[in-house]
Amino acid sequence: MIEAIFFYVFSAVLIGSAAWVISSRNPVHSVLALILAFFNAAGLFVMLGAEFLAMIMVIVYVGAVAVLFLFVVMMLDIDFVKLKAGLVKNAFVGFIVGGVLLAEFVWMYLRWGMSQVTPHVMMPTPDMAQVNNTQALGMVLYTHYVYLFQISGLILLVAMIGAITLTHRRRPDNRTQKVAIQVARNPKDVLKVEKITSGSGVH
Amino acid sequence: MANSVTEQIQGLWNSDFSVAYVQPTAFAGLHVLEFVVPLIIAVAYLTYAERKVLAAMQMRQGPNVVGPFGLLQPLADGLKLLAKETIIPSGANRGVFLFAPMLTFLLSLVAWAVIPVNAGWVVSNINVGVLYLFAISSLGVYGILMAGWASNSRYAFLGGLRSAAQMVSYEVSMGFVLVSVLLTTGSLNLTAIVDAQHPFWVSLMLFPMFIVFVISALAETNRAPFDLPEGESELVGGYNVEYSSMTFALFFLGEYSNMILMSGMTSVLFLGAWLPPFGISALAVVPGFIWFALKVCFVLFVFIWTRATLPRFRYDQLMRLGWKVFLPFTLVWLVFMAAVLLYNHALPGMQGG
Repeated sequence: MIEAIFFYVFSAVLIGSAAWVISSRNPVHSVLALILAFFNAAGLFVMLGAEFLAMIMVIVYVGAVAVLFLFVVMMLDIDFVKLKAGLVKNAFVGFIVGGVLLAEFVWMYLRWGMSQVTPHVMMPTPDMAQVNNTQALGMVLYTHYVYLFQISGLILLVAMIGAITLTHRRRPDNRTQKVAIQVARNPKDVLKVEKITSGSGVH
Repeated sequence: MANSVTEQIQGLWNSDFSVAYVQPTAFAGLHVLEFVVPLIIAVAYLTYAERKVLAAMQMRQGPNVVGPFGLLQPLADGLKLLAKETIIPSGANRGVFLFAPMLTFLLSLVAWAVIPVNAGWVVSNINVGVLYLFAISSLGVYGILMAGWASNSRYAFLGGLRSAAQMVSYEVSMGFVLVSVLLTTGSLNLTAIVDAQHPFWVSLMLFPMFIVFVISALAETNRAPFDLPEGESELVGGYNVEYSSMTFALFFLGEYSNMILMSGMTSVLFLGAWLPPFGISALAVVPGFIWFALKVCFVLFVFIWTRATLPRFRYDQLMRLGWKVFLPFTLVWLVFMAAVLLYNHALPGMQGG
């Protein structure tokens, strides 16, 4: 029973905060609601016994992605009047996209079939009593599918480097600290070492 | 009459519902209090210790008026903060403004749920303890960001932004340090990490990671020399400039209990928590939690010592240290450690392989 109560609490808050994300007038509140939604999703993962996924959810989405969202959104100077004008103009496109998505969901739901027998799967989920899910995930990612995992990591790396090279501009007038020059200085020329006896201080 | 009332209460207490739900909740609550009350006292006396140690290093007296040796000073400070008026700026976003300090304080407390203070003395001995700690410490940035934004003040906002960038930057290298510890122990459970016995050469390899961890911990807790989010000289008081009374006190408590938490993490991950130092079995007569407390105090002393010694970093230097020094170093060192462990067949799970 207690599990059911927690499940409904997490689910209700999750759906409620998801609705808050899209209905809130203040974008910062939207991001905060999004964080709450992530958090409750992590709670649901814990209830499923997937504690590793839950923690990764909090670390990656709440701890990193949402921080950057919040960072950007907080610095925006939002003109609500302009925002509303855009709403009316783009409402038609929005409705079309939403309609297509809804149609897809309805289609999928109608065609959804559950086979009665457990199908033969390539990687059956290991028994949770024997292998905890951190180990199970590790086996899948780093042992069985290590090349695919590495390749997806490489793709992300390339994407990141691409984004940096596209946006990075070197300003000639930028006076950055040249650490090598500073480190190469002779300490005798720039430092005077005072030997102070304990308790006497420097005047 | 009185007898029947106590019997009724006993009956209620022993009823099915109570045994199933009320009793576990009550015991868990007591268990939590066992951790929270000493923690709050420790926070109070950490502020006192900091002032005394700083005073000694700067050849001053420090607090010495309230009570013997000024020992009641933290209580007096607490009372003063309680008695003051809570001022909320008119332009502030009230809800977020009030929620931010609560969140900061709450997060600094909930992280203690997984810290083992002695063998088996832990509120919740979960399998993914390290990840839990990492997750909670990465949430700490929200309190400060929200405070900076909700205050509707330039100074507070700049403090909040600085803090966010700083904490996100140092989290990366901290993550690599955690991975290196996991590499040598093969478990995410904190008790298992403490119990893992390393040969000397493994500890030697972990030592640079320990240094990086302590420095990153300074940056994560916004302590000197990385206290730019507060930066009195440029930002007045940084993110908490608009806060007063209890809302300020919660930030203050949160900061110090985060310091204790980071020290606790350091002692669990690197210093062997409740185990006697250097594996000397004769020292095991001292109870484990005392060793834990001593190790935490040592790391806290290092925190305060650093504050008394080093000037504040400039912001670009701070970012350079995080991204251009710590990140490449921890990354290379992690690969190096993995290679050495693999070569010596010392990776967990391949013993005797």
